[in-house]
Amino acid sequence: MSNQTSTIARGGGNHSAAGRRRKQTGRTPRKSLPSWVIPYALLLPGLLIIAGLLLYPLFQMIVMSTQKVGLREIRRGTPPESVGLGNFETILDNDLFWSALRNTVLFAVFAVTFTLVVGTLVGLLINRLGKKMSKLVIVGCMAAWAVPPVAVGVIWRWLADADAGIINWFLNLLPDWLAAPPDGQTSWTGYPWLNDVLPIYVILTIAVVWQSFPFIAVSVLAGLKSIPSELYEAAKVDGSSAFRTFWKITMPLLKPVFAVLTVLSIIWDFKVFNQLFILAGGTTNREAFNLSMYAYAEAFRSPPKMGSGAAIAVLLTLILLVVTAVYVRQIVKQEDIR
Amino acid sequence: MNPLTRRRITNVALNTAGILVFLFAVFPVYWMVATAFKSNNQIFTTDFIPFPTEPTLDHVSRVFDKGVAGNSIWVYLKNSVIVAVSAVVIGAVFSLLAATAVARFRFKGRVPFLILLLVAQMVPAEALLIPLFLNLQRLGLYDQLFGLIVVNVGMTLPFGIWMLRTFVAAVPKELEEAAWIDGASRFTTFWKVLFPLVAPGLVATSIFSFITTWNEFIYAFTLMKDSTSYTMPVAVQYFFGQRGTDWGGIMATSTLMTIPVIGFFLLVQRRMVSGLVAGAVKG
Repeated sequence: MSNQTSTIARGGGNHSAAGRRRKQTGRTPRKSLPSWVIPYALLLPGLLIIAGLLLYPLFQMIVMSTQKVGLREIRRGTPPESVGLGNFETILDNDLFWSALRNTVLFAVFAVTFTLVVGTLVGLLINRLGKKMSKLVIVGCMAAWAVPPVAVGVIWRWLADADAGIINWFLNLLPDWLAAPPDGQTSWTGYPWLNDVLPIYVILTIAVVWQSFPFIAVSVLAGLKSIPSELYEAAKVDGSSAFRTFWKITMPLLKPVFAVLTVLSIIWDFKVFNQLFILAGGTTNREAFNLSMYAYAEAFRSPPKMGSGAAIAVLLTLILLVVTAVYVRQIVKQEDIR
Repeated sequence: MNPLTRRRITNVALNTAGILVFLFAVFPVYWMVATAFKSNNQIFTTDFIPFPTEPTLDHVSRVFDKGVAGNSIWVYLKNSVIVAVSAVVIGAVFSLLAATAVARFRFKGRVPFLILLLVAQMVPAEALLIPLFLNLQRLGLYDQLFGLIVVNVGMTLPFGIWMLRTFVAAVPKELEEAAWIDGASRFTTFWKVLFPLVAPGLVATSIFSFITTWNEFIYAFTLMKDSTSYTMPVAVQYFFGQRGTDWGGIMATSTLMTIPVIGFFLLVQRRMVSGLVAGAVKG
């Protein structure tokens, strides 16, 4: 392949010895960018987009959180007036903020826990299934994973329908000691799941776990496949129980995988919006707000209060930033970034 | 119990669990599709009707003819395709350039840039939405598909670069060096050597971006005002505004929205599993 003699000399120095040798034989090097500029030139368009659509808006959000931005400012372009930390004070005084924070945190705790547990168990299960069966389960999981979040909301809203929903039909099948109909009713039929906060979040948790466990399962499966089988054989020879093997071999080796999966799940579940928006029927049910919904409703429901919406968004972003710091550290530690 | 029986019992238990997981994962999706083809009699009933025994195309044809929010579903499908495809194409060009920079060069600011890509994925959409809404209004891009396309490029780019970076890094440097030795220019090397080998990765990354853009709801919901510029997720949501929810119609629309994503998803998954350019350079 490289038997030809030189034709064109490369512009710019690169670190291959062969290339450098070639340069001397060549004609005058073609005019070209100095090599240190090249990566920056390649990066520039992407960086401009990220700066314009991410960094600058973030900065604007922080500025707006200290301003009053209402209908006048939006419609007529009146320069917004600064209110200092007034927006934050108003929000922290509002019970709605605390109920939204409670909903966000409790939902994240339950959804992340269930997602990780179910996902890990399914990953372990797939790893032990035969070839055909494991393929079937993986394809099934993919189907759940692929459903658009809005469709997830729609599907579970329908499954949880008071009259025609399958969930109530199924609960009617169960014996009373296991699932007694609510409030002395004779059957579950007609029970509205999506009116009160707690049932809404029960359905939301099931829906989100249903959609997110496949990602965990597939990642855990990939992790399991990377563990050398010799380790398991050695454990078997030593008479280790299955549980002990899992705890002493599988878990420690998969720890970095779990760290990343946990952080990612926390980030996603803290931000959940679409599914809740559909299940709760828009922004009418204020008690069911989580922080994203609250920020959105504050900013866009009339009368728009974009300043305090931005303030809520700042608080949510700060919480997520702490979680992300752990994530970034983990990724850097795994030397994934080199 | 002798070991053979024990193994058989374990096998039965494992396979049963496998089938249960499969059913749990697939049933809700199946139920959406089944409802889309059921007659209203079979939809609005407290009984469990596992199959559409009186299958009908009423709902599908209704969402195409009459539609929702005053437009046929075609309008929303068209908008969704325009937005997703444009965002993906623009994003692919920019992410390929940036990914090459990060994977092939060592330069000052590289690690901070990579960390920026990671942090970008954490920012909640609702936070950016407020300033973006005002900026687009000022630029005259509010209620314009182009504005939505630009926003989607921005949202998918960080992850696109992050993902594509590993694909570029996976192409052995020796190949490019061989091309240089043969006297190829930087551009020729990129176009004739690197690009074909990164192409599968670019396809996988693009499909991911496509899915993200196709599924995106909150930006489209807020930044598009006129019903003729709605995308599919916004149209689906609109069904709930009507009196007496048309569950047949909404399931038909949701099915139309979901099917391409599931197809693409299975495609990417295979790409991800097959070792990309393993064995392109030997010895």
